[in-house]
Amino acid sequence: MGLLSKKDASLITDPLADNNPITIQVLGICSALAITAELEASIVMAVSVLFVLAIGNVVISLMRNIIPSKIRIIVQLIVVATLVIVVDLVLKAFAYELSKTLSVFVGLIITNCIIMGRFEAFALANGPWKSFLDGIGNSLGYAIILVVVGFFRELLGSGSLLGFPVLGNPITKTGVYEFGYENNGFMIMPPMALIVVGIIIWIQRSKNKALIED
Amino acid sequence: MEYLELFFKSIFIDNMVFSVFLGMCSYLAVSKKVATAVGLGAAVIFVLAITVPLNWLLDQYILQPGALRWMGAEYAEYDLSFLSFILFIATIATMVQLVEIVVEKFSPSLYNSLGIFLPLIAVNCAILGGSLFMQSREIPSLGLATVYGIGSGIGWFLAILAIAAIREKIRYSNVPAPLRGLGITFIITGLMAIGFLSFGGMLTGDNEPEEEEKTVKIESKKEKETDKEELANNIKGIK
Repeated sequence: MGLLSKKDASLITDPLADNNPITIQVLGICSALAITAELEASIVMAVSVLFVLAIGNVVISLMRNIIPSKIRIIVQLIVVATLVIVVDLVLKAFAYELSKTLSVFVGLIITNCIIMGRFEAFALANGPWKSFLDGIGNSLGYAIILVVVGFFRELLGSGSLLGFPVLGNPITKTGVYEFGYENNGFMIMPPMALIVVGIIIWIQRSKNKALIED
Repeated sequence: MEYLELFFKSIFIDNMVFSVFLGMCSYLAVSKKVATAVGLGAAVIFVLAITVPLNWLLDQYILQPGALRWMGAEYAEYDLSFLSFILFIATIATMVQLVEIVVEKFSPSLYNSLGIFLPLIAVNCAILGGSLFMQSREIPSLGLATVYGIGSGIGWFLAILAIAAIREKIRYSNVPAPLRGLGITFIITGLMAIGFLSFGGMLTGDNEPEEEEKTVKIESKKEKETDKEELANNIKGIK
């Protein structure tokens, strides 16, 4: 890590596990749950959030001394909304089908609590470079959970990954379906996202006892 | 009838929390006590009831393709829908601020109970989500938009009230240590969402697809009857 000092590196690595935005800070849950029925949508969502959070953090950090504290929420919302419009238009231009699947959830990146939370907690008090790293770190932490949840829900729910049928064909009974395996259609339903995240929290906290709430 | 249907649909079937997961952040953060949950829930109903119709007007007369026609024929070609995010969120943030000022001025007691939650609401996904769903589902009239706003607010209110009540009780239960707090809340919400799935069949009343379903049902009834006959014949045969 010649490029980053130890302290800077921890800005990226901390949110991946012990200070994860979803499981520990409890931020940005709405979108994490709603779009994870397919792995592809989860990845696109994670990349969009990475873009918005990294750039937004830098912009807010650069403006932190000139924003009057009374109207800072509105200023922050306008910055995020602008970035989200960019993401939305790019998605509509290059991945129209996917943007239909994500529907309103691209717009809801604006009110994704991770973004406002990191603006308030970090970018308003730190310089642009550190804020940039913080943005990258937190969105990667968000991405990890999204990808894990998306992976299990798509694998168990529709027997495919990124749209490829990895478990064989359920209609012609090839692959594992030959032995009587069935897709668990319930995994695609919204409630299972909550339960999968609950289980991830369970596993994480049993590994790291310091995180247990009393 | 249309109004009533949309009202119940937005409370139970398209429940903000259980079917689209909007407003989860404040739902998880502010649900430790019933009293605070009620305060936040009331504020959400209030703000949704104001912002959804307002954003409906904005959408109808400014944002939609060709919406600027009322300004004159030369504006009929304009399509400003890409601006909807920024305009919606600005409306919401402004309205929240305005509501805060008005409530503080005219009803200090209401302000004391709602006051601390109002700034939180500007960044509650449920509020922006309400407006965005209103736009994407193309709700046809101002009245329906208001009903939709109030309905989804009440749905959110019910959800946070329920989880707060459960969390107050669950503190005395012996939950496995790593699941305590956040983990168990997620899983309970999941179970409640499964319960809410059962409302899904509630409002298929007089929609068109129902016709097909009915004929299918009749056919399946007939099939069952023939099955019974066959079964009876078989039984006779065995005898």
